[in-house]
Order: sequence, then structure tokens, then C-alpha cells
Amino acid sequence: MKNRSSQGRTFSPGLVVSDLWVTYANGVTAVCGASFALRAGTITALVGVNGSGKSSLFKAIMGFLAPARGEVTLSGKPVREALKSGLVAYVPQAEEVDWTFPVLVEDVVMMGRYGRMNFMRIPRAADRAAVSAALERVGLAELRKRQIGELSGGQRKRVFLARALAQESEIILLDEPFTGVDVKTENAIIMLLRAMRDEGRLMLVSTHNLGSVPDFCDEVVLFNQTVLAQGPTATTFTEANLAEAFGGSLRHIRLGGGALHDDDDDRRVTVLTDDERPLVLYGPRDAETLVKRPPEEPR
Amino acid sequence: MDVLFEPFAYSYMARAIAISALVGALCGALSAFLVIKGWSLMGDALSHAVVPGVAIAAIAGYPFALGAFLSGLLAAGGIALLRRLTSLKEDVAIGLIFTGFFALGLLIVSLRPTSVSVQTIAFGNILAISDADILQVLVISVLALALLAMRWRDLMLAFFDEAQARISGLDPWRLRLLFFALLSAASVAAMQAVGAILVIAMVVTPGATAYLLTDRFGVMLGLASILGAVCGAVGAYASFFLDGATGGLIVLAQTGLFALAFLFAPKQGQWRAWRLRRAAKAGER
Amino acid sequence: MSLVALLIDPLAHGFMQRGLVAALLVALVCATLSCFLVLRGWSLMGDAISHAVLPGIVVAHLLALPLTLGAFAAGLFTAWLTGRMAAASRIRPDAVMAILFSGMFALGLVLFLRVETDQHLLHILFGNMLGLEWNDVTEIALIAVPTTLIVLAKRRDLLLAGFDPAHARAIGLPVGRLDSLLLILLALAIVAAMKAVGVLLVVAMLIAPGAIAGLLSQRFDRMLPIAMGAAMFSSLAGTLLSFHADAATGPAIVVFQSMLVALAIVIRRRKARSGATA
Repeated sequence: MKNRSSQGRTFSPGLVVSDLWVTYANGVTAVCGASFALRAGTITALVGVNGSGKSSLFKAIMGFLAPARGEVTLSGKPVREALKSGLVAYVPQAEEVDWTFPVLVEDVVMMGRYGRMNFMRIPRAADRAAVSAALERVGLAELRKRQIGELSGGQRKRVFLARALAQESEIILLDEPFTGVDVKTENAIIMLLRAMRDEGRLMLVSTHNLGSVPDFCDEVVLFNQTVLAQGPTATTFTEANLAEAFGGSLRHIRLGGGALHDDDDDRRVTVLTDDERPLVLYGPRDAETLVKRPPEEPR
Repeated sequence: MDVLFEPFAYSYMARAIAISALVGALCGALSAFLVIKGWSLMGDALSHAVVPGVAIAAIAGYPFALGAFLSGLLAAGGIALLRRLTSLKEDVAIGLIFTGFFALGLLIVSLRPTSVSVQTIAFGNILAISDADILQVLVISVLALALLAMRWRDLMLAFFDEAQARISGLDPWRLRLLFFALLSAASVAAMQAVGAILVIAMVVTPGATAYLLTDRFGVMLGLASILGAVCGAVGAYASFFLDGATGGLIVLAQTGLFALAFLFAPKQGQWRAWRLRRAAKAGER
Repeated sequence: MSLVALLIDPLAHGFMQRGLVAALLVALVCATLSCFLVLRGWSLMGDAISHAVLPGIVVAHLLALPLTLGAFAAGLFTAWLTGRMAAASRIRPDAVMAILFSGMFALGLVLFLRVETDQHLLHILFGNMLGLEWNDVTEIALIAVPTTLIVLAKRRDLLLAGFDPAHARAIGLPVGRLDSLLLILLALAIVAAMKAVGVLLVVAMLIAPGAIAGLLSQRFDRMLPIAMGAAMFSSLAGTLLSFHADAATGPAIVVFQSMLVALAIVIRRRKARSGATA
């Protein structure tokens, strides 16, 4: 199990959210009293049901929503300052993007450089080099002259990852990066995220694709308007915590010991899914409770 | 041969051609943004909504541009307000506001006949444009084009990806306001050239033509602007031979180029699609 | 002048009688259709068709055909072409519609100035409500009354096809044909309204009554009478205002409709608020 939490919890300041409250103009409170801290060089999953305030939290972190109370600091700086210095990159959900927009792959990646350009946004050699390097890294160098709508689902995702790379941000927020992506691409993206983590970047991934969380996330924040649980994946991403976070909104399949085998092993197989890749739990008996892949074909 | 150069011998023709080209360039550039955002109807709405402003400004003796600009912004605000207060769909809200404003403008003109006739509002009158109006149009167009030249990348980013724009330190709301201010100003200028009814073509057609010819926004913007300018000049020039219907001819030129691109664009054209379909069918057999 | 005199005096004039009858007929047919257009998301289709009729009128004149026939054919052709072109290209439907109707209008304009006609361009655009002859009024009635009756007779089918096309198809309704029917009826209504309010303002009459009704009632069966009532009141008030204040008739009617929209919003908000507190 890849789990970096054993390295100890001394924080180089990464992303710190303290007692954050977000209230909309119509009086709806989306985030109430959320606090958590994430280190640089980690990947954290932000897990919660639809409507749990995940996207409001993202918006507050990116400074799109002013918090009613509390604060967010990014690498020790307040949001506004952090944005100004290009610290934060955002990889949007596929549905948020207009794929018919007349921009080429390289144009989109170049947009990551805008914060660093002059008033007229005319790219310099350094900007072009950063774009080429980023495209090379995500394996899209050959497709750089394509219009974005001509790419496959996985390639589309990688364009926006390349943009985050070109932006050279320390903190990257990813919104549902695995929606509509096949397993092969998913693995490629995960490899890339791991490499970026090892360079010391901080990534916060909002996802309801529960099954892939143990594969690549060091930490988990379970969220429903506030932080329900936070910590290393192995100890936090448990059946009990997930049940609390999701209530009844997950498909929940339990297979008792007797139905699986003849010995007196009393563990049960639990499959949790919201119709994405399911999370399969087999236990509890020891600390290693997480089975990484689903069984072949559930019968 | 001399006949072809005859229009340039008249200073009013030379002026009309130059102004039409300038206004065409501005509207063409803006059309690139309208087309990709699916805001064509906003262009229609603004061009109709400026009419009461023009009428009141004419009565009160203020510059048209000022009145038009204010009533354009008022209409945009009215649409936003309608959407906020009611559950009306966007197209209904736009339709209600622009027809209401247009009717109000016509009513005012019919009650207080002034220098602006219904005819001028509806069809423009570039051949008889006054020096003061020329100055207005010049100032508007040059300023707006300069602003666009400097800010188009920011506008593109804000329209394509609002979140990324904010992260890059841009303010999408201010950019959007800038855009609608430019569009209102361009509507006023275009109204003089082709009239309120045909402004919609000026701020949609060149952009759509360019969109069929390229996959790059920067190229699309330049192309739309050039198409707008060329059609403006050609239409104004041709109107010398065809008795004045300047606006109609400018728009016909634009529509004609769109039809050509629709049929024969290298990548997006129907001709290519048709050939590909035939090749696929032949391959099946 | 007493209120009654305000209402009655104008009717002593023949042109006012004819204008009023025409205005009420146009209000009736446009209001009925507007309920469906607003629900169907087609409110601007009226805008497109009404602009596109112009070249049809000129061509019909050249061929010595009835002008209404030319107008009808041109309008319908543009609507059909919009659908085809939008499906075949990556241009958004709203842009295709804008390009086609402005192109048609421009064509009409250029043709109009090249061809000698007895028609007055401004009358086509803005209507000539108070200059109508009885045979004009008869023509309007001959188009408007059957159109209204067909819409009313088919109202349940049209409603279902607009609200839930999948379900409508599932229960065997010919949705495509119903859409075509609605387009044809729309083109007819525009042609009927052309002489009275002109092609530019008929758009307003095809949106506002449906919007007013939608604001005031959630039930479709009530929307129809509300829309008709609002449209007919506006026509009456607008025509009278134009007589007394010597204002353009079409714009006056539309301005009254806009005021009713504002009133409907106020009533709706009042109701919502009292509903919330109760």
C-alpha cells in the first residue's frame, strides 16, 4: 500500500483551511466550519456526496466566493496574494468546458501562462518552452495543433493537466478528473499525478470515484458541509466513515462470510459505489482492509 | 473601366466606403465572440434596444452614441433583472425586453418627429451621414478596436474558462461588462451604416463564416474583422450602382460569403462532408 | 371628455373600426400561438420568420401572385433551412437563424428598391393599421380565424409535443409533423399580422401574451384565455391611444403589452410572497 503518512506530520505550509464558512446570497450555507491542513507533496481526495458543498469549498479556496467567516491560506499566503503569484491551478470538470471553442491544444496550455505574461499577453520564449515541456510530459506533443474537441476523453483531461503543469503551480485542484475516462487513461493520469506529487506539489482531488482513491491518494478529507474525517487514507477511508459521509446515497452491497466461502472467516465483502468504479472492502480483521481492485464479475 | 472608379470621385462615397469598412471591422471582431458564446440574440436585442436612446438623444440634442449606449446598458440590465425576478426562460426575457424597447423607441419617434426618422433608424443612412456623426463613429470604432487589440486574449480566456481567468488574476465580470459596452457602442455605429434591423448580421455573420474556416480563436478574430471590413467596403461601393440600399448590400455580401464558407470550407464545408459520405458509402460496397 | 366618449368617439370613424377589428384579430391569433412558442422555447422563431418574409413579398409581386402567399413561402423556407443548416454544421442554431433571417431581410430590401411596387416598405415593416380597407380586414380574418381555431383544436397535442416530445412520441403522436404544423401556423399568423402591425412588431405580439399568461398561471388551460385577454386589451388600448395622441399604432400596442408584462411580474411576486408567508 502506498501510504506516505508514515513520514510524520510536520507541515510545510501547503493548503490550510481554518474554520471556513461559506454562505450564499440566498441564505444557503454550503460550508460550515470546515478546517483541515494539507502538506505540500501529497495527494488528497476530497470525498462527499453531490451537494455536500465540495464545489463551494473549491470556489472558496480559489477565491471565487468570499468566506463568511474563517480563512484559507495557500503556501502560507492569503488567497488573493496566492492567486496573484500563480500558486493555484485548477483542472475543470469535462462538462464545464465548451469543447467546440475554437482553440487548439497548445492554446489552452498557453492559457496557464497568462498570469505571468505582460499586459498584452504576448507569449515569450520561456512561455513557449513551458507549454512544449508540459505537452511533452502528458504525451500530447503530437496533438498540439488539434482543436480541443477533436480529442478523446482521456486526452481532453490531459490537456488541462498540461495547463496546470505549464502554470508551474504548487497547488492544483482537480474536479472529478476520472469522470468519463477509461481505465487505461485513469491509470496514466494517476501515474502523472504521482510524479507531480513527488516533485513537491500539493493536489486536492474532488471525486466520487471511490474505488480509485486508495490507489493514489495519501490523504482523504470526507466532506459534508464540514469536515467529517481527515487523515491518511488507510485509517480514514473506512467503511464506518464512508457510511457517515454518504448516508444512504451509495449503492451498498454486502456479502456475508457464509455466501463466500465455507470456513468460519467472519469478514464480509462490502461494495460501495455510486455507479462509478465501486469500492470493495473486505474486512475488518487487520489494518490492511482495502482491496484495491473489484472482483472479476460480481455474481 | 472608368465606371468602376466613378464612386471614388464623390467624397460622400469615399467616406461611406471608409466608414462602412471601419464599422464592419469592429462588428466583425465582436461577432467572433458572440458566435462562440451563442449570444447572437444578445446582438439582436442590443441593436433594437438602443433605438429609444437614440430617439431621446435626438430630441434632447445629445450625441446619439450617449443615448444609445445608456439605453443598451439599461436593456442588458433589464434582461438580467427579468431573469432574476421571474422564472422566464432566457430567450423569452430577451425577446420581451428588446421588442418592448424597440416599440418604445418607435412610439417616441412617432410622437415627436425629429431629425431621426424611422427610416434612418431602420435602414441607416451612411451615404448622407453628417460630419458630427462621422466623428462619433470614428472615435467609437478606433477606441473599441484598440481596446480589443489589447484585451482580446483576456476576453477569450474569460469566455472560454472563467475559473482559469480568475486564477490568472482577471475579473471575468469586468471583462464581460467591457464586452457589452463595446457591443453597445458598435451597435450604434452599425446602426448608422446598415440600420437597426440589420445590425444583427454585422455582429454575427462574419464571425460564423470565420468559425467555419479556422480552429484558432486568434485567427478567427482577425478573419472575422477582415471579412467585416471587406463586406462593409464592397457593400457601400456597390450601393453607388444600386441606388442606395447600402445596408442591404453590405449584409448580402456577408451572407454570400457565409454561404460560400458553409458549402466549401476546407474542413467544415458541406461539399467535403458530402464527398466523405460518398467515399464511405463506396467503401462499404 | 368622458371615459365613454374616449372609447366611443374614435369608432365613429370607419378607419378606426377597421383598424380595431384588425388589431383584435391579430391579437387573438398571436396570443394563442405565443403560449405554445414560449413553452416550446421558440419565442424567437417568430422574429426569424417575420424578417424573412420580405423577399417573398417582392418575388410574389414580380410573379403577380398574392403577396401573402410569397411571404408565407419565404418565411417557411427560412425556418426549414435554419433547421437543416444548424443540423449540418457546427454553427449554433441561434447564429444560423440570425444569419439567415438577416440575409433574407437584406435580400428583400435590395430587391424592394430595385422593383417598382405599389407597396410601401414602411407599411410592410411597421404596419398601416389605420389605413386598412375592408378587404384587407377580410383577408386578415380569413387567415387569423382558421389559424386560431386549428391551434385551439390541436392544443393538447401541441402542448404535449412541446412539453415532453419523448412521451408524445411514445404514445404515438407525430411530433415532427406537429412541429411543422406549429411552424406553418406561425408563418400564417405573421402573414396575417403583417398588414396591421408590420413584420417588425409582430415578434412582440408573439412573445408578450404568452409570457404574461405564464407568469400569472401555472395551468396551461388558463394560460390561453389570459393571453388572449391581455393581447386584446393591449390592442384596444393601443389603437385608442394612437387615435387620441396621434402616435404610431403598432408600437403603442406593444408598449401596452410591455406594461402588462411588468404588471404581471408585480402580481406574481405579490402572490409568491403572500404564499411564502401563509
